[in-house]
Order: sequence, then C-alpha cells, then structure tokens
Amino acid sequence: MSTAPGVAPTGATPLLQFRHLSKSFGGERALDDVELTIAPGEVHGLLGQNGSGKSTLIKVLAGYHAPEPGAELAINGEQVPLPLAVGGFRRYGVAFVHQHLGLIPSLSVTENLFCGELASRSLWAISWRRLRERAVNLFDEFGLAIEPDIDVRRLPPVQRALLAIVRAVLEMRETAGERHRGLLVLDEPTPFLPKHDVDQLFSLVRDIVATGASAIFVSHDVDEVMDITDRATVLRDGRRAGTLVTREATKQDFIEMIVGRRFELTAPSHPTFTRDEATIRIENLTCDTVPGLSLDLHRGEVVGLTGLIGAGFDDVPYALFGAAGTTSGRLQIPDRRIDLATLDPRSAIAAGIVLLPGDRQNSAAIGALSVTDNVTMAALGRYFRPWLLDRARMRTRTRDLAAEFEVRPNAPDARFEALSGGNQQKALLAKWMQSDPMLILLDEPTQGVDVGARQTVFKAIAEVAGRGATVVCASSDYEQLAAICDRVLVFSHGRVVSTLEGDAVTKDSIAEHCYQSLDSALRDPARQGTG
Amino acid sequence: MTSDAPTTTSQDKRQSRAGSSFVRYAERFGLIVVWLILIGIFGLTTPGTFLSWPNFSTIFGSQAVLVVVTLGLIIPLTANDFDVSIANVMTMASMIVGVLNVHHGLPIGWCILAALAAGALVGFCNGFFITVFRIHSLIVTLGVGTFVHGITLWISGSITISGISSELIRWVMIERLFGIPLAFYYAMTLCALLYYVLEFTAIGRRMLFVGRGRDVARLSGIRVDRVRWGCMVASALLGSVAGVMYAGTTGAADPVSGLSYLLPAFAAAFLGATSIVPGRFNPLGAALAVYFLVTGITGLTFMGIDTFVHELFYGGALVIAVSISQLVGGREERF
Repeated sequence: MSTAPGVAPTGATPLLQFRHLSKSFGGERALDDVELTIAPGEVHGLLGQNGSGKSTLIKVLAGYHAPEPGAELAINGEQVPLPLAVGGFRRYGVAFVHQHLGLIPSLSVTENLFCGELASRSLWAISWRRLRERAVNLFDEFGLAIEPDIDVRRLPPVQRALLAIVRAVLEMRETAGERHRGLLVLDEPTPFLPKHDVDQLFSLVRDIVATGASAIFVSHDVDEVMDITDRATVLRDGRRAGTLVTREATKQDFIEMIVGRRFELTAPSHPTFTRDEATIRIENLTCDTVPGLSLDLHRGEVVGLTGLIGAGFDDVPYALFGAAGTTSGRLQIPDRRIDLATLDPRSAIAAGIVLLPGDRQNSAAIGALSVTDNVTMAALGRYFRPWLLDRARMRTRTRDLAAEFEVRPNAPDARFEALSGGNQQKALLAKWMQSDPMLILLDEPTQGVDVGARQTVFKAIAEVAGRGATVVCASSDYEQLAAICDRVLVFSHGRVVSTLEGDAVTKDSIAEHCYQSLDSALRDPARQGTG
Repeated sequence: MTSDAPTTTSQDKRQSRAGSSFVRYAERFGLIVVWLILIGIFGLTTPGTFLSWPNFSTIFGSQAVLVVVTLGLIIPLTANDFDVSIANVMTMASMIVGVLNVHHGLPIGWCILAALAAGALVGFCNGFFITVFRIHSLIVTLGVGTFVHGITLWISGSITISGISSELIRWVMIERLFGIPLAFYYAMTLCALLYYVLEFTAIGRRMLFVGRGRDVARLSGIRVDRVRWGCMVASALLGSVAGVMYAGTTGAADPVSGLSYLLPAFAAAFLGATSIVPGRFNPLGAALAVYFLVTGITGLTFMGIDTFVHELFYGGALVIAVSISQLVGGREERF
C-alpha cells in the first residue's frame, strides 16, 4: 500500500527490464531487439497479433525459450543471467497465471492454494486448520468470497480464475521477499470469461497493484487492455511497435499499432438475405439449459445467439447438431422434419447441418494430422473410388478449398496445428462447405483469433451466407456479433429476452441488452423471441 | 494453440530444415538398417549356424504367429484402445481346435471355423462393454481376457492336447514356398491386407481419426462407437487366427504358453510405430519389428546366452520403443 498505483515516475528503477531481446526459430525472427520496461506498481499490457512475438517473450521469461546472446534482463535493477531455467523466474518474485490456470479440480480450494508450498517444503505434519485460516485471511484481504473447503470443480469459472491469481500473489510475495513487491504475469486469463466476470477479475488485479506489485497483462482484447492497464507495449512482427500510455491513447491508436495499417472496424457487408418465408424452423427445442426455444430462420441469414454466461445460448448449436446431452424438439427444414431427440451428428450432417465447435483444440480438428486429413474427414466416402482412397484428389480438393477460403499458407500436407487460429477456422469452414450445408452452426468462431485474422473469418462467414446457407452463431463476443449478424437474440436463463435487428445490431446495444437481460428475465419469464 | 501461431516444438523442429529429409529417411528405414547390422554381427560371431537358411526359414515360419498377434493389436491401438485379451483369445482358439479335433473328432475345417467364431464373439463382448458401458478398454480386456483364459483351462482340463490333425500342421508349417513355411505367407497376406485397409480405405482413415480425436471424429459424423467396436472384433478375430496357426505350428494346444505372446506383441507394435511410418502404428513396421526382435533373441541364444534373454529383450524393447515413439510422437508422414 506504500506506492501509489499508476505510472511510476521516470527515473525510478524499473521492476523488470528486457533489452535487446532476440529469438529466431529456424531463420524466422520471432523477436528482434525487443525492449520491455515494467515500472513498479503498474499494469502493463502486452498486445500483438498471432506471431507478433508476445507469446515468445513470455516464454523467454518463463524459461521455456533461450534468447539469443546479447539479451539483457534486469529485475528490480539487478542483472539476471539469461537464459533462465524453466521456472527460474520463481527466484525473482515473478509469478504466472496462464489461461488454463493450472488448478486441480478434484482438490479443495485450500489444497490448491497451498499446493506449491506443500510440494516444495518437507513438512512432517500439515496443519490444515492454519492453512485454512491463512486462506480465509488472504481472501479477506482482497474482499473475495471464496469458500475454502469446497472442491475447485464446484467453483464457477470466474472464482477459479480469481483463485489462480490469489495463488500467484501468494507465490510472488514469498519469492520477492523484501526486495520488491512482485510481478504478476497474466497470460490471457480472460477469454473464457464473460464481461462482468472480467470486471471482477480486473478489480482483483487493481487491488493487487495497489499493494505496490506490478502486472503484465497479455491479451488479444484491446478493450480489456484499455480497461485495466496503465501502459501497454505492442509487438508487431517480432519488433516493439511502441508503448502507449493507455489513458492517452484511443482504441484506434491501439489497433493501428497492432495491425500496422489503416483498418476499418466494420465488417464487409454481405448481400442482405431475402426474408420471404422462413426456410428453417426450430420448434420447442429443449435441452439442459434451454427450456423450449422456437425460432424461424431464413436463407442467407446470419443469426447471433448471445447472453451472459449460463444463459444457455451456447448450447443451442450443439443441440441442433445432435451433439448435446438430452435434447427434445423438432427442426423443420425444407424437405423434412427432424426429431431433435434422436438426432446425432452423422444424420445432422446428412441433413445439411454442420457445426464448428468452439473448442478447436479438442473438438474441431486433430492438430497432429495434416490439413488434408482434417478437411476431408467428414467426406471420406466420396474419395474412396473404386477400391482406393484417391489421395491425390483429396489433396487437390483441399488445396482448392483452402484457396477459396484464403487459408494461408495453403499447404495441404502441413500439420493442421501449424496454421494460425484464424486460418484453422477458415480451413474448417472450407471442410464443411464441401457438403454444401443449409444450416451452419458456429460456437465462438473467432476465439483466440487475432484482430487481423478475425476480419478474414468474418468475410468467410459472410461468403457462406451469401451462397444461401443459414448461419447460427453463438458467441459472447459482441463486436463479432455486430460485425457478422443480421439478427441477434439475447438469452437469459435459456429464453430469448430480446431480439436486435438491422441498425440495432451494434456492439454497445448487444452489450446493454445482455446486462439488462437478467432483470427482464425475472420480470417476464414467459417472453419468447421468434423470428 | 488457442493463441499464437505454430507451436514452439514444431518451430524448434524446423530449425534443422537442412538435415530434416535425411533424419526423416533415417527414421523410416533405421530399423531395417539396425536389423541388417544385427544379422551381420551374429553371422560373424556364430559362423555357420546363425547365417543358415534353415535357421532363417524356421524363424520366418514359427514367428508368423507373433506377427499376426501384433497385427491384431495395432488395429485397436490405431483407434486408441488396448486389447490385452488377445493372447488369451489366441490360446482359447488353439484350445478349441485341439478339443474339438482331438477329443470330439470334428473335421479340422469346422474346428477352425468354431475357433474363429469364438474369437469374434469375445471381441464382440469387449466392444460391448467398452462402447455401451464406457469402460476403459484396458480394464475390459484385462477382465474379459482373464475370463477367457478361465474357459480355456476349463475346456482343456488344464492339460496340453496333442495330436491335432496333421492336415493343419501340413498347411501351416510343413508345406513350403521358396523354402519358407506357408505360415509366413499367411502372416504377410494379413499384413498387406491391413496395410491396405489402414492406408487406402475410408475405414482406415476413420480409425485413425477416432484414435487421434474422438470428439473431432464424432462431430465430423463418424460413428465412433461402431469403429471402436469393430476394431475390438477385428483384433480378437486376428487373435483367433493366430491361435489356429499356433496349433498348426506346434501340433498341439497348450493352455498356458500362448500367454507369453502378449508382451512381445506390444513391444513389436510400439517398436513398429517408430519406423516405416514413424509416429503411427503401421503393419509393415510391426512385422519388421517382430523379426527384428526375434533375430536379436535367436542370435543371443546361439551365442549361448540363457533363455532369460527373452524377458530382457522384449521388456527392454517395449520400454525403449515407447520412449522412441514418445520422441517422434505425433510426427506425421506426408502423402
């Protein structure tokens, strides 16, 4: 509580300073003479597109990569020999919180909080009573209401993130000792949290830096960086594009610095669909979180489903694909009526319905297999003629499709995971367009996709809608919904509480409706949105 | 993978781009080279005995059984399931042939059919518990395998049954083509068939997809349960083929000794996954690995080393092979 938060006066010893930091991978320059200075008591953003080098920089600090000779690292004015050993940062009062948090779900909050301590010290007897007391005190210090005895798997996602941060604070304080107040590295902890949970997380971060500690906040999200940071360094193509004082910069400043070119935030508009009569009709869809949804959809229309976390909108694509748990209801498509209770992914695909899952790593594609394998996966039958898989044709077809959807690099033989997030998503859209679907279901299509590539994914989505398919997109990214959707349905407690159309489809208005959705659901629980 | 472009490991690998095609080549054919070196060493140290055609033709013929068991194993392994009941199925199949043929005097053809049907039935049960009750394949096949072994001991009265029809022995071990018993050609035919299925059919690709990403496969419309179930039936069926060949090789059905095939088969399957198509279970690599391991063991036995070398060699090979496949893990061939 000694140092005031905010930007430290120039001349003060920086808490952390990287200089002349370079790193190449097989001739490709990932970092090129980068400098990064973190002042004591500041939240410092680290921004950049995929491949800009921000992840490499963090991995150098974590000890996973050895920088090239000539790089210097000083922590609290003290030179630190490079390369750091894996985990070597712990000796200098630095602690990491990664996106995946590193908590053990089946253990209690207290066990998770002190697992580092329990692992590193040889104690003959653990006093659980005292550990529990310390946990309570720590939560009290930051005004958190986390029950210390329950299993972590029973915590809501935001509390897990808060717990991971508190644990990092504990570790940071212990290892920083009397030398300084510690440095917390937050490596994209927010993408899986809805906005109001992020606010909660940010208020914890503010409390932490108020104690004089510093934080590095790594993110894709310009809004979040503008919300939480004092200064932010932008990396582009492995170089430092610049450092901005956040309160003096506009969003456009940040985006221009990230992208490096003039950049329009609006999406390309696709030809507006003809709203004659509904071609697809969802009747009384019911699953765990949705108590009966009816909806009309039109050809060429992009419909967004959104809401706060737990609102159920994100289960709708899976339910319509026969991939959720127990589902009931009907789906009317032009030539037939589908019973959702008995639908499975295979018959959904046969009926012209396809799904791009949100969990790209585990559900959408097999990273270790080639692009060709992944793109042809759902249509293998048509390449098996007469007795052999026609691999040459699979490869050519993949190359053509990838070219159509501007997948870069267009390398059918490359491992799928070698593509960047945006290109993976475009390749997966290409995969499904082979079967000429009439209904395309998307779940968070640009999660983990950088600013520049988002636009190309939006363009691809507009393209498929332009061909006459209906697109249903579940997302909590309001800017994305505003960019691609003709209509946005806001969910609360599994029900549609408001429908935005035409000019009303803007980021702010979607956000506003989402935050009001809890109230309106209470006021009028029976209200249903239909097309 | 959610955030930044290529994973660091693939970037680091790319560092040695100049040498990579050589490395790839060495990886694919390294095992063959080591095999030939091994043959050379044994040929020099035990002149006249090891490097003789009778020795090799015996190895090729008698180890065909192990090749078939290994081929059976790599089917579920490709779909990321384990079948540790395969050696029990093999023993059971040879015992069914023995009991029906010797005790009941049934013609050998019917005995073989009965053995294969029983094998397929065991595979069906394995698949049932794995896909319907969602139990891990290791647990299911461990239990079912032990159960099957109990049946084997029961129907045989725990004794070896000898005197199996000479017709079977003739068509497995006595008849030769280019000096090698027919058993070898049966194994190679199955090897070629499996190679074709895995590499050139949609089914084979789907097995790979199921093995590498169950959820991805399911959401791509692949009937994951059916594929896994089918793999269990196929592996048990190959296990019973191996059992019939085993009965033909030895002329007798022995209720216990077949069980010692399990570990060598796993060792060969994993060692095979480090060559020819590194990073994938593949039939050619598996067959190669079997003969590599057997060459090592035979050579060491010729040099006068005791039979404990079997355990040392197979056990060591399994651990080393899995370690190597961990290193090349996930690396894929280009096609």
